[in-house]
Amino acid sequence: MVENKPWATVLAHLFLILGVAMVAFPIYVAFIASTHPAGSFVSGTMPLLPGGEFWNNYSTVITEGRSRAGTPPIGLMLWNSLLMALAITFGKLAVSLLSAFAIVYFRFPFRMLFFWLIFMTLMLPVEVRIVPTFQVVADLGMLNSFAGLSIPLIASATATFLFRQFFMTVPEEMLEAARVDGAGPFKFFKDILLPLSITNIAALFVIMFIYGWNQYLWPLLITTDQSYYTIVMGIQRMVTAGDSEPLWHLVMATVILAALPPTLVILFMQRLFVKGLTETEK
Amino acid sequence: MQTKRMTFNHRWLPYALLAPQVIITLVFFIWPASQALYQSLLRQDAFGFNTTFVGLANFIDLFSDSLYLNSMRVTLIFSVSTTLLSMSISLFFAVLVNKMLRSRDLYTTFLVWPYAIAPAIAGVLWWFMFNPSIGILSYMLQSIGFDWNHRANANHAMALVVMAAAWKQISYNFLFFLAGLQSIPQSLIEAAAIDGAGRFKRFYSIVLPLLSPVTFFLLVVNIVYAMFDTFGVIHATTEGGPAQATNILVYKVFRDGFIGMNLGSSAAQSVILMLIVVLLTVVQFRFIERKVNY
Repeated sequence: MVENKPWATVLAHLFLILGVAMVAFPIYVAFIASTHPAGSFVSGTMPLLPGGEFWNNYSTVITEGRSRAGTPPIGLMLWNSLLMALAITFGKLAVSLLSAFAIVYFRFPFRMLFFWLIFMTLMLPVEVRIVPTFQVVADLGMLNSFAGLSIPLIASATATFLFRQFFMTVPEEMLEAARVDGAGPFKFFKDILLPLSITNIAALFVIMFIYGWNQYLWPLLITTDQSYYTIVMGIQRMVTAGDSEPLWHLVMATVILAALPPTLVILFMQRLFVKGLTETEK
Repeated sequence: MQTKRMTFNHRWLPYALLAPQVIITLVFFIWPASQALYQSLLRQDAFGFNTTFVGLANFIDLFSDSLYLNSMRVTLIFSVSTTLLSMSISLFFAVLVNKMLRSRDLYTTFLVWPYAIAPAIAGVLWWFMFNPSIGILSYMLQSIGFDWNHRANANHAMALVVMAAAWKQISYNFLFFLAGLQSIPQSLIEAAAIDGAGRFKRFYSIVLPLLSPVTFFLLVVNIVYAMFDTFGVIHATTEGGPAQATNILVYKVFRDGFIGMNLGSSAAQSVILMLIVVLLTVVQFRFIERKVNY
């Protein structure tokens, strides 16, 4: 039998608690910094306990932002991020469900060609084709719009593959029974495939929401109008704008607000998150 | 690739179903990629009036440009260190958590949430903690006599972006390592224990070899992450500096294309990056086919 030494278990717990604390430390520091008044870091030592400016700082960033530094109120940026994340998520789910349905349940000329076309998007992340993609979006007049923020990111090879894999495991009898009962493709898709895929859809939803919320380079490129800024890129504007040291207490309040929604999604939907993560990356 | 035995018969419906995905792919993926390919063979004068076809000259220039070679070296150091740092910490956590019975889920919860943090935000957090004048960690380092300054010292800047990038990736690696560990049959470990293998011996000769598929998979995923998804970490903090020390390839494409307005060179860099992604994707998929045999 494997030996079970009490001291080893205690040591393991010790390391883990230390590790968890280390992993959480950056966010803790950010939270502490966000509860202090403006001048308290300049003295050189950063306080390690919360200060009394919580409400003040957070209401400042949410309603006013830093208009002089060129960022709109955080409330607006949060809203933009939410809209973009949801548009990307629902868009990706819709187009990949439909194309997986077509690829699995129909036989038609050029099927493989389309499959490979979709597959190729895996190999072309935005980062490697920045300039020409920007030009396309500019030519289409989609700069500074939610369409421009979301549509170019909607195509998804991973989601299409996942749904294809899943549809392949749906028993043949389902379709046979549906056809005997006279169901057409739409009825079959809506009443049988969608309800069966609901767990997969939810798991992908979690992953894609985080993906959409955390978009950085893309919104940075195509938004010049402040009213379309998203929160993740807005933080960069706050840190680099102006010559003086950034107003760290407000920056950190923004960081906390920007990190909160995706973190809550992970914590409350941990099981779906793990499922989504391990299945999309296979 | 197979379909179902029984399928629907419809002349145009499958094309209509595929249309949204295919149109987006063509307009925003294939077309820009082919444009990059095309532009990489052209050169524009400084004002953008004249474009001439220069063949592979942009590529030849890149590979004789010391800045580009430096960027390659920086990218290599950055991605290898990020990958090794993040994977070793995660493996350590995963091995410890895997021993726990009642507290396993609790520790998992506490270790998965950094996945939610955007790379740019991770960068800002570490930038703040190591800030030479007000950061808490640079203050601690100073008190033990270490003078930290990522604004001037190239190695410090590199260490900073590596830590930020690795920190964000810990949760991902942890989850995959934990899943890998849980799939190792307990009977093998018990058999080794009965044969007298100690704790470390068991880890090196049984657990680690059985984890190799997961490890290899994570290696590829982490390299891809470090090369392409860490744009935000660099852009929100060091901006490639000091003196090009953290100017990774992805950041350089952006800089040369949007700030330097050197379209031909930027396009050539895009093409090289695409080749790297294709290579990594092929490696990853070959591995997945082999995984069945393990």
